[in-house]
Amino acid sequence: MHDYQDQKPTVLAILDAHVSMPGNLLPILHAIQDNLGYIPTEAVADIASTLHLSKAEVHGVITFYHYFRETPPGQHTIHICRAESCQSMGSKALENHAKQTLGIDYHETTADGQFSLEAVYCLGNCACSPSITIDNDVYGRVSPEKFDQLLATHQGAE
Amino acid sequence: MTRLFISRDSTAISLGAEQVVNAVKQQAAAKNLDIEIVRNGSRGLFWLEPLLEVETPTGRVAYGPVQPEDVGSLLDSGLVQGKQHALYLGNIEELAYFKNQNRLTFARVGLTDPVSLDDYLAHDGYRGLKNALVMQPAEIVKHVSDSGLRGRGGAAFPTGIKWNTVMNAPADQKYIVCNADEGDSGTFSDRMIMEGDPFVLIEGMTIAGLAVGATQGYIYLRVEYPHAGIALNQAIEAAKQHGYLGENIQNSGKTFHLEVRRGAGAYICGEETSLLESLEGKRGLVRFKPPLPAIVGLFGKPTIVNNVISLASVPIILDKGGDYYRDYGMGRSRGTLPLQLAGNIKHPGLFEVAFGMTLRELLYEYGGGTASGRPIRAVQVGGPLGAYMHPGQFDTPLDYEAFAAISSVLGHGGLVVHDDTVDMAEMARYAMEFCVEESCGKCTPCRIGSTRGVEVIDRIVAGIQKDKNTVLLRDLCDTMTFGSLCAMGGMTPFPVLSALNHFPEDFGLSPAKP
Repeated sequence: MHDYQDQKPTVLAILDAHVSMPGNLLPILHAIQDNLGYIPTEAVADIASTLHLSKAEVHGVITFYHYFRETPPGQHTIHICRAESCQSMGSKALENHAKQTLGIDYHETTADGQFSLEAVYCLGNCACSPSITIDNDVYGRVSPEKFDQLLATHQGAE
Repeated sequence: MTRLFISRDSTAISLGAEQVVNAVKQQAAAKNLDIEIVRNGSRGLFWLEPLLEVETPTGRVAYGPVQPEDVGSLLDSGLVQGKQHALYLGNIEELAYFKNQNRLTFARVGLTDPVSLDDYLAHDGYRGLKNALVMQPAEIVKHVSDSGLRGRGGAAFPTGIKWNTVMNAPADQKYIVCNADEGDSGTFSDRMIMEGDPFVLIEGMTIAGLAVGATQGYIYLRVEYPHAGIALNQAIEAAKQHGYLGENIQNSGKTFHLEVRRGAGAYICGEETSLLESLEGKRGLVRFKPPLPAIVGLFGKPTIVNNVISLASVPIILDKGGDYYRDYGMGRSRGTLPLQLAGNIKHPGLFEVAFGMTLRELLYEYGGGTASGRPIRAVQVGGPLGAYMHPGQFDTPLDYEAFAAISSVLGHGGLVVHDDTVDMAEMARYAMEFCVEESCGKCTPCRIGSTRGVEVIDRIVAGIQKDKNTVLLRDLCDTMTFGSLCAMGGMTPFPVLSALNHFPEDFGLSPAKP
């Protein structure tokens, strides 16, 4: 469904824009993921040859960081905070509720391609735990009921 | 025209600040009210967010927590004139929670428009830099040393000593790196300052550059903080345009460039050497020390790596002098620490105060006890690598040495409160599990020890050879403490052992002796 030949010009333009920047690998990976939603496996060879790295080195960096993904995400990505502060306010029950409602585990996407579920360790919103993000928006004091409401407002929404 | 203030802080937004802004805009327009909405930082009283403040001839009047459906009645009852309403709070600065703070680093947060350079200048901004521009590097470093400032990221290393080392290291290029990878649960002061007063961090980094002869700075920002990135980049742009960053700063002939770099969700990159590896574009593996980053840092050059709050505390030190800052605090803990009250607490928020207040005062007088109304059972101080403290330890003053004396850490000043429903064996297991998830994997005690740690705790809880496995867990913790390369593996035993020592009954062991 995703043809790298269509994505390649974007990747090459990003590489071109970052080539002289010191320590450019993370900014390049971010730019690719910002644009395409993930880092296509085929892009690794292009990144490696431009930066004079081995493919293994680039692959090693992509997989070291939780944030980078190698598969396309769903329409909306939900991150649930699993850290201590959220635990103290009931995040475990929220996690179970979310997994059950969506019918998926962490790092999975619903069959209809609407939602991806990811874990996160602290959103810095600890004063209003438990917290989640949907795409770039953070929500505090999320009860299972509030989770369902948020899901409903994002259902089918672009 | 009347100015209203509604915060752009992430936590305020997470509670619906945007919807409140929209409701105010729409309904004020319908009523033909002449208002302007300023998006300020947060005052840090998070149980009152979204907070709405209005400027009146007699001062700012606050209302909160405001939901969109409250806006109609607020406007009808005379909000614009600062009149009474069920959500009326009066001047926020008069509330005990706010009034009893010593806001040095956070002086402007919640007061000003974070990305307005004019507002920053009008509230004493860039006075520290102005002083620093006419000083010799050694003089700047002396002010920082005299202030007694210690790294606010957790390790509490004296900032002046670090700066002095970089200043004296000969090199063609040096760097200032701000560690903005605030990944500890229960901490959000870095986020708040970056979102609420980004110029103070930029000013602090610029002063650091002048002090050690570094012309390039990087803010390594965790990717979980998109709003902080937006505010920082807006402020950097404004500073550049007005000659506070770049070449020939304020016609001084001095140069300092600054750039924000995003992390990618790795807790370990909050460790300074991992952070440098990550900035260089590699996996965030911990480096052996020595050499210290102050000598061989980013791209092999001498580098200051300081936490956000450390750098943000520098402008006031250069403005008012090292002595002014040093006069706050106790013992060898000088100045103020922005404490963060989180978890199960009635009044969560940011509380900046001079070192020396007791944990009990903070938790009960200001925090108001738990949100659930149940007794506080344990408080984890200093993030996921910090010890769990029990109520018998709550009279400990907030001081680096006093905490160290009871095998606790003050760390970054984050407090996560748990009520009596917490299962401490589960929390100990989680500490090990977190280390499994986030270890960089370079050294064996951390990489393998954490996995074995989860297994041993599971066996103890399951009642399998309880005593033998408890001995094994302690031995494992000992190996991790003394054998790990960095604080990740070295401090994971803090929460584990404190849970085991103070709450053994949760592990199915005999209760601790009082």
